[in-house]
Amino acid sequence: MGKQHYDALVIGAGHNGLTNAAFLAKSGLKVLVVEKNPYIGGASVSRELYENWTYSNCSYVCSLFRPEIYRELNLAKHGLQVTPFGGSVTFTRDGNFLGSYPDPEVMYREVARFSKRDANALERYHADTAKWCRLIRPFLMRTPPDPTSFRPKDWRELAFLLKKFHGLGEEQIYEFMRFFTLSVAEFLGDYFESDLVKAHFSGSGIIGTGLGPFSPGTAYVLLHHYMGDVDGNIGTWGIARGGMGAIAKALAGSLREFGGEILTGDGVERILVKDGRVTGVALESGAEISADNVVSNVDAKRTFLKLMDEKDLPAQVIDKARNFKIRGSSGKLNIALDGLPTFTGLSKDNPLYKGDFHFSDSLERIERAYDDWKAGMWSRDPYLDMLIPTLTDPTMAPPGKHMMSVFVQYCPAKLADGDWTDDKVRAFGDTVIDQMAEYSPDLKDLILHAEVRTPREIEAEVGLTEGNIFQGELTLDQLLFNRPFPGYAQYRGPVKGMYMCGSSTHPGGGVMAAPGANAAREMLADLKRDNTVPEDFGDD
Amino acid sequence: MNHTEQDLVTEDSPRDHYKALVKRSPFYEKQVALSNTNKWHRWKAYTVADEIECMEQEYFAVRNSCGVFDVTPMSKYRIGGPDAEAFMNRLVTRDVRKIKPGRVGYTVWCNDQGKVIDDGTIFHLEQGVYLLCAQERQYDWLMLSALGFDVEISEETNNIACLAVQGPTSCATLKAMGLAGIEGMKPFGLTHFDFGGAKLMVSRTGFTGDLGYELWIDFDSAEALWDALFEAGKDRGIRAIGGDALELARIEAGFILGGVDFVPANQCVRLHHDRSPFELDLGWLVDFSKESFTGRTALLREKQEGSRYRLVKLNIEGNKPAHNAYVMNGKGGKTIGAVSSAAWSPVAKANVALASLDLTKRINDNNIWVEIFYQKELKWHRKWARAEIVKDPFWNPERKRVTPPADV
Repeated sequence: MGKQHYDALVIGAGHNGLTNAAFLAKSGLKVLVVEKNPYIGGASVSRELYENWTYSNCSYVCSLFRPEIYRELNLAKHGLQVTPFGGSVTFTRDGNFLGSYPDPEVMYREVARFSKRDANALERYHADTAKWCRLIRPFLMRTPPDPTSFRPKDWRELAFLLKKFHGLGEEQIYEFMRFFTLSVAEFLGDYFESDLVKAHFSGSGIIGTGLGPFSPGTAYVLLHHYMGDVDGNIGTWGIARGGMGAIAKALAGSLREFGGEILTGDGVERILVKDGRVTGVALESGAEISADNVVSNVDAKRTFLKLMDEKDLPAQVIDKARNFKIRGSSGKLNIALDGLPTFTGLSKDNPLYKGDFHFSDSLERIERAYDDWKAGMWSRDPYLDMLIPTLTDPTMAPPGKHMMSVFVQYCPAKLADGDWTDDKVRAFGDTVIDQMAEYSPDLKDLILHAEVRTPREIEAEVGLTEGNIFQGELTLDQLLFNRPFPGYAQYRGPVKGMYMCGSSTHPGGGVMAAPGANAAREMLADLKRDNTVPEDFGDD
Repeated sequence: MNHTEQDLVTEDSPRDHYKALVKRSPFYEKQVALSNTNKWHRWKAYTVADEIECMEQEYFAVRNSCGVFDVTPMSKYRIGGPDAEAFMNRLVTRDVRKIKPGRVGYTVWCNDQGKVIDDGTIFHLEQGVYLLCAQERQYDWLMLSALGFDVEISEETNNIACLAVQGPTSCATLKAMGLAGIEGMKPFGLTHFDFGGAKLMVSRTGFTGDLGYELWIDFDSAEALWDALFEAGKDRGIRAIGGDALELARIEAGFILGGVDFVPANQCVRLHHDRSPFELDLGWLVDFSKESFTGRTALLREKQEGSRYRLVKLNIEGNKPAHNAYVMNGKGGKTIGAVSSAAWSPVAKANVALASLDLTKRINDNNIWVEIFYQKELKWHRKWARAEIVKDPFWNPERKRVTPPADV
């Protein structure tokens, strides 16, 4: 393989790398994806760590994945099936719960149990959130404009941005600056009075983020989790049949159909540069592969600080990479269960059982969980996003058995009292299980196996710096033409022939595949080849 | 952070309320007993009949005898307290002081941008106490608007059952039911009767543009009211009707419907898809002589600078209803708007529609056309039809206004 030469070599077989490679291969380029792990998927992965149980080890639900890519790459034909799942629950410490039901009238009644005013505010909340979604969504499948450039394309894109901005109307333009700097707590405070209702909705504002519900910028993070859709139903989340690895598997199928290749089990050690342009990569095994173009699906920090030689880079790029905000703030438990656990207060025939569960019933508890993280410890009372996907996808465990996915916020990459150790990882897992066991008397007895992942494990296995699920914080300073850094938002690296296609680039993480597709579009333009990347369907 | 959760107003529901997807009005069982079509739709929390037996016959009951429609799902709010009049006057575009106790007024209310949140009726129950009725929920907007006012706002939606009793024999039916002196009630009047110990409120109002009344009673007495009403009307052609018949009647009457002819501003997502009162041909409801009301500044500016839209009633040639049709300036001309409601009117023998015209376009009122698509056995037809803008409702009978109504 060392003698082989490729038009493009993609580093990392996560969903963005595979998407990028598939669009390049579709245009007729000779493409290779290199993956350090013996399996593909990156953070869109399904693994069997306990016999007959499939875990979605990292990402666990799907909404943001762009339907245009799904369709253009024939992912349905390659086995991908995404099924919406119903609702979410926040348990309260006094034995009650608040649930989000898909039916608006049932939802009205549910919220009215805690605040009549809040139930009545739901329509206004959804309408306003939809306005922000309509502003953001058209930019997902587009390259951010460079506001300093005088190229006609950038002018056109800036004009498009301004048009969408003005399409908000006078009132919303005023609201714009507020929205992007608001905390999720303040944003929800514009609509709701019940602390439980606010806590219930606020989770989307902090998941994957090194910020608390009262931190400025978290309102946008909520929107980031809201702007996706399943078959046009905006805000709906779905489960990939067979786990999130089904996405990578389908993308790989599409890539291979277009003639692309995947090399697993050998990571890239170095991106090779000669005379200011890339020449290929050196692998961990010692082999070298030559390629005209090298695309990094690895996060920006790791790409520039680990995979590239500083001498090949402009000094300020190194500085920007060092200062790129990519904080480890979350952990994950994947648990094999001998049966369906009981949750006190929620009957097993309630459709909400299929939804995600939370156990933080006030904004203050979530903020305190964040305080622990700031102090360099995992949250003693963490915010959990727990889901039993086997209730929607029966293929993930034997009949009658279940798989439980628990996303944990907050969990630091670096502990105040020294490095992570196996004992500390176990203790972290116990903290999470203990919290759920407060609401589920039989949970502990049903556990057959648990995979506990802190930022340490996620970084070591997936390669995400500090285990940050978005490949970099989703704050305004790192969004649109500032993602990952100003001047490098159009997927091109600082070296000729070098590109970025990971979630560190616009429009960010969440298993969207849009960065991979947008990067492919830019590369094909540079290579003067026909574009294979679709435009977005549009909302109206 | 809110640490006063116990102060929040809540509604009691069992935790497994999701098992009952829809609420049933106290008239539900009565309608089920009559229904042989089993066609229902949802109106907010409730289920409402589309049709009981036969839509055409139900429609003609409204125009020919007496049709009874269950309007219990209507959102209803009682507003009282020292500042009730001032609050109502700030809320709505009309001058509420002109709606005297014992009277009802149709109105709209707007946001600060002068866009219609909803339309509805204000019942002035007694001096300084009002009942506000609307299709959409208004509690959030009322509470938001109540800041600084000493008012008490309570929702009555699930306490007050309501029947619309509409048609030429409605008055005689109510008289036969024992409502003495009902014939003396003027349009938009409101009065109370004793009904077997329960308080029965009757207003001369409705959504059909015909002679008609609405009966308001607490849930517990609702079934007894239904029985008494149908007993009294059995020789006067009384008939339970569904929403489909009512829909035809309201289009003939030229009444607009939220979610159909306009998007309630608080639910509107797209810029310029909302409507002002002027744009809904409801400028007569806007009273600028009031010193302040919500939306006044924006509406005054609109009055000076012009509106974006104009709602028109169209009388269209031919007999093919112009459902979802584009409105054109001249045959084959530029699109100037779209039809939002359309029907063949059996009583007016006219092809009628409500349409919204885009005032940024050049419009010749005397050369309006609509492009109608309709299907016969899988074959689609396209028909150009000339349309005349009409001022008055398509159906506007004298009996709607006459007091006392004819004793039939």
